[in-house]
Amino acid sequence: MRQKSIELYTDNPEEEFAVSGHRACQGCAEILAVRLALKVFGKNTIIVMATGCMEIISTPLPTTNWTLPWIHVAFENAAAVASGIEGALRILMEKNKIPREDIRVVAMAGDGGTSDIGLQALSGALERGHKFTYMCLDNEAYMNTGIQRSSATPYGASTTTSPPGKKSIGQATWKKDMAKIAVAHNIPYVATACPSYPFDLFSKVKKARMAEGPSYLHILSVCPTGWRIPTDLAIEYGKLAVRTGVFPLYEVENGQYKITHSPEPLKSVKEYIKGQGRFKHLNDEQIAKIQERVTKEWANLKSRCELK
Amino acid sequence: MKKGIEVSIAASIAAKLARVEVIAAYPITPQTHIVEHLSEIVANGELDAVYINVESEHSAMSACCGSSAAGARTFTSTSAQGLELMHEILFIASGMRLPIVMATVNRALSSPLSIWGDHSDVMAARDSGWIMLFCENGQEVVDMIIMAFRIAEDRGVLLPVMVNLDGFSLSHVIEPIELPSQMMVDKFLPPYNPLYTLHPNKPVTMGAYAMPELYTEAKYAQEMAIINSKEVIKKAMDEFGKQFARQYKPVETYNTDNADFVFIALGSIGENIKTAIDELKEGGKNAGLVQLRLFRPFPSDELLSVLKDKKRIAVIERVMPAGAANGPLYQEIASLMCVHNMNVQMDNYIVGLGGRDVLPESFTDIFNGTAHEESTVPVRDKNFKVIGVRG
Repeated sequence: MRQKSIELYTDNPEEEFAVSGHRACQGCAEILAVRLALKVFGKNTIIVMATGCMEIISTPLPTTNWTLPWIHVAFENAAAVASGIEGALRILMEKNKIPREDIRVVAMAGDGGTSDIGLQALSGALERGHKFTYMCLDNEAYMNTGIQRSSATPYGASTTTSPPGKKSIGQATWKKDMAKIAVAHNIPYVATACPSYPFDLFSKVKKARMAEGPSYLHILSVCPTGWRIPTDLAIEYGKLAVRTGVFPLYEVENGQYKITHSPEPLKSVKEYIKGQGRFKHLNDEQIAKIQERVTKEWANLKSRCELK
Repeated sequence: MKKGIEVSIAASIAAKLARVEVIAAYPITPQTHIVEHLSEIVANGELDAVYINVESEHSAMSACCGSSAAGARTFTSTSAQGLELMHEILFIASGMRLPIVMATVNRALSSPLSIWGDHSDVMAARDSGWIMLFCENGQEVVDMIIMAFRIAEDRGVLLPVMVNLDGFSLSHVIEPIELPSQMMVDKFLPPYNPLYTLHPNKPVTMGAYAMPELYTEAKYAQEMAIINSKEVIKKAMDEFGKQFARQYKPVETYNTDNADFVFIALGSIGENIKTAIDELKEGGKNAGLVQLRLFRPFPSDELLSVLKDKKRIAVIERVMPAGAANGPLYQEIASLMCVHNMNVQMDNYIVGLGGRDVLPESFTDIFNGTAHEESTVPVRDKNFKVIGVRG
């Protein structure tokens, strides 16, 4: 069995870069994902953050949750700001104005900042080949503004702008597949991850950090507030998302797909859906429709892996 | 030595002489020649810089924020819709005190679509916290771009600077321009030595959010920074004058000493007004021109000292002040006059929208009071007149 030790991924596992004192909700898996990921990114990292939960909870002036250089510019442009920083570091090192070091620029945004408003800037930055990592912290809605739907909100979920009603099931479209969109840019490394599987996350962050070019990490970040679940169940629901095939853990290295944690046989989607307040209005028929989709997508992902 | 050169090309050479380190730009007419030539300069290894071919102006300004925050001297250029697409980030660049320099090749805004020059774009951005300079000719464009970096990067300023030049009527003309030597520019413009940068050796948090109990104080501090920048701007202009023998002032005048009547204008249209003034002078009539080289911070004191004994003022603007009582420049001057109890006859004329030609006759007509009957449409309930509207 593979040894599971954080020392394999970082020289200094004790060091914290997202420190305590932030204002994350109880049970927030997103701040956990960021904290764990930064342990692997390490000290030589510059963070660019889009508007979203993570920015609001971490930096009310004059306080900060970050021990790394950190910048927030706007909602839709984390990837573009990262492009500028990466370009500046490159030329300043070339001109010997700053020491030559391996500094990784990490852009972080939520699912709205990534799959909706930030998609263009992200596509541009991936296409231009900047050496940076983009982390999408996907909690499946615009959580910090009050749980409005994004294009990453799953089918059937209730949000404040996709409420179920006589004429509505809730969110009426399927979750946008951001990882696949990132893969379409032919970048060196794309992966999905979830802090419920920390060692899988460490391994992927390390690969993303080492990539010779842009890398994209899509991290499912369970949000007890928005998902309407008890605050102690974020890790559990992350595991259920993976075990049911709703959120498969895989990576795509230079176009080669690999499932990094096989949950087969898949648990029933119902196990994941039940208990989440955002899905409580769904009937068996609607859940069966989701199950059908998840089964199909899982088979589709497996077939891509078999092409190797 | 002067040589004939297209103003856009000269602008890109000025950026090169300023030794810019990161350029992030998206092409838009009539700014294109500037970024095309700059990308050639970088491609040929004539300038040690990173040129980021972004996918939009929004990303251009965003990348500029990133690169300036990381400590690189940063330049971009845009026009019209591009400036509008940057609009959100303009405020963030100034609020974060990032000394980016941008050449804005002024152009009309859609709709209807127009690629030609007027000031609709920059006027829509006038309160974005950028220092704004306006150029009358190509020499000024070169000199202002070099000065802009010195002003922007001054530790007492740290604000982005916009160098405005009129689309086509300035950007695409070939003029005799003196390009300063690299040695002279290096002497005038020290390398960018930022106060704070994004670097792991000394981590800082930039762009944190402010709760209501701090936002006002932050904006007040920013306001003081742009107000206080005027002294640095004047000093930069004086030192530029000493070194390059071309003297600039925040407010420039032409024949104002003996004239009771003055035109006030921005940008290249000043040259046509000067021609009209010369013609009037030949007929024994005196009119003057007041040109605002500096528009933000607004040079109130300098304007007051020029306007204090004038009897009539004609404010010339190249923007349609949709739904407003007057054009933006008129409003600022009128409020200045009001605060200082100056009772002067002031008229507001809208000219040259969307690249419409404005000939010197329009200004002689304005002076002679014949513009109203001949070619001017008054707007009902408004205090401005639009020159040259066909019925």
